[in-house]
Amino acid sequence: MARRATPEVNAGSMADIAFLLLIFFLVTTTIEKDKGIARQLPPKEDVVDPPKIKEKNLFIVNVNRNDQLLVEEELMELKDLRQAAIAFLDNGGASSGSPEYCNYCKGKRNPESSDNPDKAVISVQNDRLTSYKMYIAVQNELVAAYNFLRDRESQRLYGWKFTEKTKDLDEGKIKGEATKEALQKQLEEVQKLFPLKLSEAEPKKSGQ
Amino acid sequence: MSKFTKKKSNELPPVNTASLPDIVFMLLFFFMVVTVLRDDNLLVQNKLPKADQVEKLKKDRSVYIYAGKPSSRYVDKYGSEPKIQIGDKYTDITNIKFALTEAREKLLPELQDKVMVALKVDEKTNTGMVTDIKQELRDLNMLKIIYITTPGNEINQ
Repeated sequence: MARRATPEVNAGSMADIAFLLLIFFLVTTTIEKDKGIARQLPPKEDVVDPPKIKEKNLFIVNVNRNDQLLVEEELMELKDLRQAAIAFLDNGGASSGSPEYCNYCKGKRNPESSDNPDKAVISVQNDRLTSYKMYIAVQNELVAAYNFLRDRESQRLYGWKFTEKTKDLDEGKIKGEATKEALQKQLEEVQKLFPLKLSEAEPKKSGQ
Repeated sequence: MSKFTKKKSNELPPVNTASLPDIVFMLLFFFMVVTVLRDDNLLVQNKLPKADQVEKLKKDRSVYIYAGKPSSRYVDKYGSEPKIQIGDKYTDITNIKFALTEAREKLLPELQDKVMVALKVDEKTNTGMVTDIKQELRDLNMLKIIYITTPGNEINQ
């Protein structure tokens, strides 16, 4: 016993610890995915006969160069836009006897406002100098208004929320082809009740 | 006494390095997983606006367009007027069509018809520039666009 070596540290479990950490990070890290507001642009063709839209079926949102909102000729704060859009879309002003009557609308049924959601068009007019931030904020609020109404209708018809199911479908949580197709149909059904009708006018040059 | 002197002359036992490969592999895997490969070197400022009514972007079929003021290190060279970037370089508004067609050809052939244009525009840019881009896209018949945003809401700020 002239010399006593210090016992080596047992490193056998090191690999296990390493793998444990690795798996932990694998599970907890989510890769950032880009998200955004999707839009379909109108195709470029000359419209010979533009469809006539009644004044009352048109909801005009005007954004000026200072990022101020003018909604239906009235100055409005951004936070009130969603409610105003919901009230307009959900109005259902057509009289109960007419073919355009909207039986699922829960609005005020003001004959001065939109006839039914299918007829209602939201028109956004921007100035060229409007900031992009404001532009997106307005778009976001309008999409939110549609989503709110679609959620309400899908809840009534099928007992689930439109936005949640769309998200599930996107993320691949819905299994089985048949279920997927059935769901797709139901989603389209709800979309039909409140079709997204957003029109964008060509922005005016500033100062005009 | 000789015992003590002998021990003192002994060198320290070497640090056990058997687990080093494990640690290195762990780090490697970790970075492999979390790193998002960036194809484009960003030449413009890109602070995206906030929105919460969003959809996911399908990366395999998208073409990116960036717009905003040139990044601070390029301001001297290119000025501070907002610019458009496609791929790795600045593009003029008249040049968009060419640059986009080029970018589209890099996608898988079967997905080229379903191409979606992802607009990453700085929140301080004017809407006029976005409108110009959209007009060009309509000319090109690339009608599906998505405004990339960050999670959040403008109102709650």
